[in-house]
Amino acid sequence: MSINATLIGQMITFTLLVWFTMKYVWPPLIEALEERKQKISEGLAAAEKGQEDVKLAEKRAIKYLKEAKAESANIIALAQKRANDVVAESKQTAKVEGEKLIEAAKAQISQEIQQAKESLRKEVSSLALKAAEQILQEEVDKAKHKELINKVSEQL
Amino acid sequence: MSSEGGATGYIVHHLTPLSVGEGFWALHLDTLFFSAVLGTAFILFFKNAAEKATTGVPGLTQNIAEMLIEFVDQQVKDTFHGKSKLIAPLGLTIFCWVLLWNAMDVIPVDLLGLIGSVMGIEYLRVVPSTDLNATFALSISVFILIIFYSIKIKGVFGFAKELTCTPFGPWMMPFNLLLKIVEEVAKPISLALRLFGNLYAGELIFILIALLPAFIQPLLSFPWAIFHLLIIVLQAFIFMVLTIVYLSMAHEDH
Repeated sequence: MSINATLIGQMITFTLLVWFTMKYVWPPLIEALEERKQKISEGLAAAEKGQEDVKLAEKRAIKYLKEAKAESANIIALAQKRANDVVAESKQTAKVEGEKLIEAAKAQISQEIQQAKESLRKEVSSLALKAAEQILQEEVDKAKHKELINKVSEQL
Repeated sequence: MSSEGGATGYIVHHLTPLSVGEGFWALHLDTLFFSAVLGTAFILFFKNAAEKATTGVPGLTQNIAEMLIEFVDQQVKDTFHGKSKLIAPLGLTIFCWVLLWNAMDVIPVDLLGLIGSVMGIEYLRVVPSTDLNATFALSISVFILIIFYSIKIKGVFGFAKELTCTPFGPWMMPFNLLLKIVEEVAKPISLALRLFGNLYAGELIFILIALLPAFIQPLLSFPWAIFHLLIIVLQAFIFMVLTIVYLSMAHEDH
C-alpha cells in the first residue's frame, strides 16, 4: 500500500488520455451536437413558417373565391339585363315593323280602292254613254260631247 | 486459492499488487496494465464515435458518446462560468476512466486472478482504483492544474495575496497561509482517498463474501453488487464534479 513510481506512470497515462480527449474526441463530438441543435431549430422555424404560409395561402384563396363569386354574380346580372334589353329591343323592332307592314297594306288597299273606283267610274261612264246613245238613238259626236262626258264621268 | 492458506492469506493475496522493483521505484504492473487497457478502450470508443460523428441521425456509438458528453458538458456549464478548452474534456476523461476502473470491481474476484495464475502471474489486483497510486495520480494531476490555473488567472502576486491575505486580512498572514495550505492540500488528498476508500472497501467486502460457503455467496454478493453499481457511478461522478468545482474555484478572481 505504498506510494511509488506507479503514481508517475499513472500520471503520464492520465495526461496522455486528457490530451487525446481534448484534441481528438471532444471538439468533433461537441461540434456535431451543436450543428444538430442548429439544424433542429432551423427545421422547427421552417416548419412554423410553412404553417404560417399555408394559413396565408388559405386566406388568400378564400379572398379570391369571394372575388370570383362576386364577379360571376355581376356577370350574371349584366347578362340578364342585356337579355332583357335584347328582348325589349326586338319587341320594339317587331312593333315598328308590324306598323310599317300595316301602313303598307293600308296604302295598298286605298290604292286598290282608288283603282276600283276609277275603273268603276270608267265603266259607269261608258255604260251611261251607251245608255245615252241608245236613248238618243243617234250617234253622238264624240268630239262634240267629249267635254260633257268627261264632266259627267268626273262627277260620278 | 491462496498458497499461504487461511482467510487472512486469501485476503492479503487478493489485495497484493503485482509489482516489480523495490522501494519508491517499484511499479504496480497490474494497475498500470489495467488502467492503460481501460484508458485505451475509452479512447478507442470515443475516437470511433468522433470519427463517425454526424449531424444527422446518430448511431448507437455516437448516441452513447453524445449522452456522456452532454452530461459532462452540462455539469461543466452548471459550475464553471469561464471559458476553458481543458475542463470539459478533462471531466469527461476522469469520469469515463474512473468509471471503467471501478467497473472492474464487479468482475468476480477470483476470475481474473485465476486466469492470471494459470498464466503464471502470482498476484493480480484488477481494480486500479483500489491502488492509492492510481487515485493519487489523478488527484495530484488535478492539483497541479489547480495551482497552474490559479497562477495563470490571478497572477503570481494575486495567488500569493489570496494565500496570505484571506480570509482574515493581512495582519493574520501566517495563520491565513497555514489555513490556505491545508485547504488546498486537502483537495487532492480527499479526492484520492475518497475514491480509494470506497472502492477498496467494496472490493474487500466482495473478497469476504467469497470466503463464505458457496450457497450463501449469491445471496450476499448479488445485493452488494447492485449496491456497488451505485458506488461505481457515484464515485466517478463525484471525482469529476469536484474536479470541475476545484478548477472553477481556481478560475475565480476574488
